[in-house]
Amino acid sequence: MSKMYHKEKSIQLKSSASALYNNLSVLRIAPRCITYFTVVHANVVNMVSASWDGLNYSHRQLQSKEGNVATSSSLIMQAAWCVLPSRDLLVLTSQKGIQMYESDGSIMVYWHALDTPETPTAKAVFARGIAAVREKYICVGVSSGSVLVFDVPSKGSNITLSEVLEEHKEAITDMASECSGNLECIADLVSADDSGLLCVWKSGEDFQLLNKIPGFDTSCSSVKLWKGTVIAGYGTGQIRLYEGVTGILLAEVNAHARWIYSLDIAPFTGLLISAAEDSWVRVWHLSLTPETNSVEIEHMYNECVTDTQICGARFCDGDGYAFAVTGYDLSEIIRYTQA
Amino acid sequence: MSQRTLPLLIINLGGEMIYILDQRLRAQDDNDDKTQRGRWTDDDRKRVMNDIVATMFNKAFLEELLRPQDLYSHRALRTVLTRLAHASIMRLNQASMDKLYDLMTMAFKYQIVLCPRPKDLLLITFNHTDTIKELVKDNPSLVNQINEAQRQLIEVYTPLSDGDFELIRHTLLVLFQDMQIRVSIFLKEKIQNPNGHFVLQTSGPVPYGFEVPGLIRYFNAKGQEVRRTRFPSGGNYTSALRQGSFDLSGDRVTILGTNMYNTPSSQEMDPSTTSNSTRKQKQADTTPNPLATEELNLLAKLMGGMEVQKILNVDTGFKVNLLALDQEEEGIGISEGTAHESSRVINIQATQDQIASTELARIAGEFDEGGSLTEGPGNKGDDLLAMMDEL
Repeated sequence: MSKMYHKEKSIQLKSSASALYNNLSVLRIAPRCITYFTVVHANVVNMVSASWDGLNYSHRQLQSKEGNVATSSSLIMQAAWCVLPSRDLLVLTSQKGIQMYESDGSIMVYWHALDTPETPTAKAVFARGIAAVREKYICVGVSSGSVLVFDVPSKGSNITLSEVLEEHKEAITDMASECSGNLECIADLVSADDSGLLCVWKSGEDFQLLNKIPGFDTSCSSVKLWKGTVIAGYGTGQIRLYEGVTGILLAEVNAHARWIYSLDIAPFTGLLISAAEDSWVRVWHLSLTPETNSVEIEHMYNECVTDTQICGARFCDGDGYAFAVTGYDLSEIIRYTQA
Repeated sequence: MSQRTLPLLIINLGGEMIYILDQRLRAQDDNDDKTQRGRWTDDDRKRVMNDIVATMFNKAFLEELLRPQDLYSHRALRTVLTRLAHASIMRLNQASMDKLYDLMTMAFKYQIVLCPRPKDLLLITFNHTDTIKELVKDNPSLVNQINEAQRQLIEVYTPLSDGDFELIRHTLLVLFQDMQIRVSIFLKEKIQNPNGHFVLQTSGPVPYGFEVPGLIRYFNAKGQEVRRTRFPSGGNYTSALRQGSFDLSGDRVTILGTNMYNTPSSQEMDPSTTSNSTRKQKQADTTPNPLATEELNLLAKLMGGMEVQKILNVDTGFKVNLLALDQEEEGIGISEGTAHESSRVINIQATQDQIASTELARIAGEFDEGGSLTEGPGNKGDDLLAMMDEL
């Protein structure tokens, strides 16, 4: 039986990937036949654009913005593209604040500084967790547990902070918006934190909390929302599937032997990818039966990235035809394509 | 990132340093190397160990460490550790200090990378404090000092969540990012690849609290399990072992952080270090590693004639050790990873460092000239020097 995926030529990075959750973001630009990748290295974001014919690669590095010149440099926690109907923005979250750039990283259009105390407190301060919601919102999580909701106009830099959601008490780890494209889905956003708590929201002028799904004292490091189903990856190596609005646990997978760092969904096919510090990348297939409110998760494929603590894994397209992986201390993006 | 990283960093790195220095000073005992200026007796070794440990676990020093703060850069860290190493009558030249720093950082990096659960970082730290306690067990006041430090660590770290510990781990991993120095013991033991990356096994027990991968369970609306299926995990995982103890003493279960330089009486042992076969095994959990002695023999050569200098004579500078240049001839070099020399120094906080490292180094420095806790300054040093001169 032939393997489902085979390894492709890797993309070299200017510097290695840091050990951070969800440390890979991918933006596919079909009209230009290129794909952008971003990987965080300490206080720098490495951006690579790769042409689909594999012939052209160009690199760009973005720095985290300092609060002011005298203070220390700011480590970046996450970088991700937010795809809105009118525009795509690249969002960087760091210890000092939130930076938003035009999708090619050329111009910074917005900066939001976090409140950092004068003298360091025991609790670290940083922003982490990024999601684009519906037509005009970008939501970003903070270490205090707050979720900042930004209102984004269709063009220009007049981005405003429209709301602060306060339900989480622990640091936000990841956030995800409904990615199936199905407008009938009630839940628009799910936020996860270090205690494993999941909050399910409906977007609007005022965001509405639909449900709070308690954790079990384990960090939820990566979360996805697809067809109303919350898919959450935990520090215990487990993946749990919940019905978003009701909070009912549908399935639990003992997926990995170490902390899960990244989950991604290919919305058109329901392929799910999970990656962890145990060096394994696993591909699953999700099928939902709305009538019976049941889910089926079928294991499809395993890939062992030898001796690598994987920190990012993403599908490169909506079908899950190809995926890319990053690992701690690795200066390359490893790619796989369906055979 | 995490404001609680520094104590774990210093204690673990300091611990590794102590293991290396202790082993090296023991080997000096029966070393026939005629280039030795003087011989280190067991008393000398104990004195050095006591002085370094006393400095590392000094109350004021620890208080400074435990204050919430950002992590130091490599340069500041180096300063503090060099001061620690020089807390007693022993002096290392620049090259030796470089190699020592490389060895201990790679050892700790290995422990962080392989740390099964974030909370196990604390168990690794306790393995270090347990072993250090054992090393200075003849000095009850020092043992008390270490216990006190451990109590403080328990108080500060036990309430932290897994997420908090993982953030500490992330912070440490940023500090050690791109360090790929190949260490010959690691290479020979097959825990490090020739490219410098550590070997990550896809077999063995899963961490405590984890389930062995391979099971999918389905639930109904009432939360009852209705079906289960299996999938091939690809690895060879087994159930978790028992949890390590987070108390003042107890079985830590993990061997990460134990003294890997502790050599047993094993057949594979390097004949040049037969002195070690008469020493009793100190830690029950340590996986014996005779190959470590090869690495350390090199270190001994690099440390060269351990120059015994008077305590009060602080400003003598370092003796240039020509033997350091012979590392290539040795064949068992600690070889540098490619092109990472400059990238190892991460200057994250240029301004803050000066203040922080000054403060910490100042506190550490207070013990440089003060001598050990139990003896008056300079007395023993003078006696020792006199003894050396008579040889």
